[in-house]
Amino acid sequence: MLNLTDYLSIAPFLVIALTGAAVLLFDLVFPKNKNLLIGTSLLGIVGAAFLTGRLWFQYAEGFSFTVSGDRFALLFEYVLLIIAGLSVLLSDRYLQLKNINHGEYYALLLFSTSGAMLMASAKELILIFVGLEILSIALYILAGFARTEEKSEEAAIKYLLLGAFSSAFFLYGIALIYGGTGLLTGLHGQPAPTTQLDHIASIVMLHGFNAYVVAGIALLFVGLFFKAAIVPFHVWSPDVYQGAPTCVTAFMSAAVKAAAFAVLIRITETFLQIDPSEFGVTSDVARQLALAHHVITGVLWAFAAITMIVGNVVALWQTDIKRMLAYSSVAHAGYILVGVLASNDQGRSAVLFYALIYAIMNLGAFGIVMLLSDEKQERSRIDDFKGLAYKHPFTAVLMSIFMFSLAGIPPAAGFFAKLYLFSAAVQAGDPGIAVLGLLASVVGVYYYLMVVVKMWMVPEDRDITTLTWSWGSRVAVLICASATLLLFLFASPVISTFSGSDVTVSADDYSAASAAPVEPVAPPKALAVQPHVIGATAIAQR
Amino acid sequence: MAMAPVHIPLFYYLIVSAILFALGTIGVIVRRNAIIMFMCIELMLNAVNLSLVAFSRYLSDIGGQLMVIFVMAVAAAEVAVGLGIIVSIFRNRESINIDTLDVMKG
Repeated sequence: MLNLTDYLSIAPFLVIALTGAAVLLFDLVFPKNKNLLIGTSLLGIVGAAFLTGRLWFQYAEGFSFTVSGDRFALLFEYVLLIIAGLSVLLSDRYLQLKNINHGEYYALLLFSTSGAMLMASAKELILIFVGLEILSIALYILAGFARTEEKSEEAAIKYLLLGAFSSAFFLYGIALIYGGTGLLTGLHGQPAPTTQLDHIASIVMLHGFNAYVVAGIALLFVGLFFKAAIVPFHVWSPDVYQGAPTCVTAFMSAAVKAAAFAVLIRITETFLQIDPSEFGVTSDVARQLALAHHVITGVLWAFAAITMIVGNVVALWQTDIKRMLAYSSVAHAGYILVGVLASNDQGRSAVLFYALIYAIMNLGAFGIVMLLSDEKQERSRIDDFKGLAYKHPFTAVLMSIFMFSLAGIPPAAGFFAKLYLFSAAVQAGDPGIAVLGLLASVVGVYYYLMVVVKMWMVPEDRDITTLTWSWGSRVAVLICASATLLLFLFASPVISTFSGSDVTVSADDYSAASAAPVEPVAPPKALAVQPHVIGATAIAQR
Repeated sequence: MAMAPVHIPLFYYLIVSAILFALGTIGVIVRRNAIIMFMCIELMLNAVNLSLVAFSRYLSDIGGQLMVIFVMAVAAAEVAVGLGIIVSIFRNRESINIDTLDVMKG
């Protein structure tokens, strides 16, 4: 039977989904009033943030321990809510310009966010799959939202075909793991096929792997790598990012990445956190586990390396800023993968910090790109930024902040985010990938600074008269810029607290988890994240 | 409950499912018509359903069959959106050949 705890554990994304439905309804009743829809969406997001905060203090794990309320999930939910809130604020003027200011936009954005939040907190593969599809299906529509434009349509169909294609791989992986765990346990007694990550971990630990589970893990990774745009599964991302309306691109780049990496971390840790020496297992199983650890780490290492290199190098040749930011987001996915690879507390908190910073700076950058476009044209060529500083110095300063942050140059938070990721890798005993990441980001500096140079040092070759600021985009971009700077200033105390091993969740938070029918082998460790810092940013966003 | 259908081993179902999945994958890669590519993706999803049901029956666990229901619901939603997008593309350019969708390159 469902009880209150179940509803409490899904309350944040339930509220977001219901707000989406309410937005649809309001749009029907008041078709002219878009500000009402923006207000409703923001209200829903704030409400969900409060409910997430409540879960923070009152641990709830619902639906037979398949929906987690651990801090890792809650922090990702906060990041996703921030992304959604900023996207709602950013979009309004741009939608009007493109003449696609339909109320469904906000509803789809919220549905998509609820799916992403479900992904971040699900601990069961089918639930993750459902979250993934809720996120993706809404985004397919959003990518093609400017439906009279060829580019937008093209983005939508490409995203749809490749997205559904990758979901099928993910699903096949789930099916094989389901069967594989059942066959493993069936050999020793009552078969207990499962798709719960905790149970999978304990089964694998007791019985080792079989061919089904191995193939299943590989397919899961393929599906997730598609979503997170890891090379060589990134081919869709430049076209989709370029073709989709810019406000959708902004949301998509931040939210999909955050959700995909939340899942990637959970799945990776299911198989990496198993320490064979701790348990009295036969040497055969122990050897299998050690081998699996070795292989998974090696594969992630290779993907991280190639993603960072390819993303940064290909971005050098781009002339369209949306396309350039798409390749840059591929490169950033590679950096985040370094944190996943580290697979320790520091790595996990570094990934979270990076997801937050990346979302903020990327949304800010896309926000400025949106400002340049007018009724006639998109104006997303990098050359369109020429001489921006002469006409609009303040806007140019904001864009420079975001570019510095994306490049990881000190006066912006991107520097610490990157530093922290790479130091997690070093701490995990893998300095090689950190060095590689540093070299790759040096390449990245070139194309980010190219935008800055064009703005400040090249005379304009077209007439940039008006920028299409609206109050929403003004607020959102200013929040992004100030958060980028503030999180730079406050990053070092945060990071030093992160590094302290004593920052963990209090024991009673996991009392519920320990009552699970099958003892969870590796309950996702609490993130060593300062609540007040993230909380303060979340409040500042509103 | 009876453990397994004795006459047809689990492995046979899995082979059929794998073949269907592979056919779907190849179809998506080689065909150029958006609707046919879409059908191939459906084929992949249904191949997965077949293995889920086979596992579920063989292991006497109802979970796998429940998952199939989820997958069907998701697939239906995907089809609704996908066909919508395809129709809208056809309206714009009177063709749903994927190779003609090349406004963006690089």
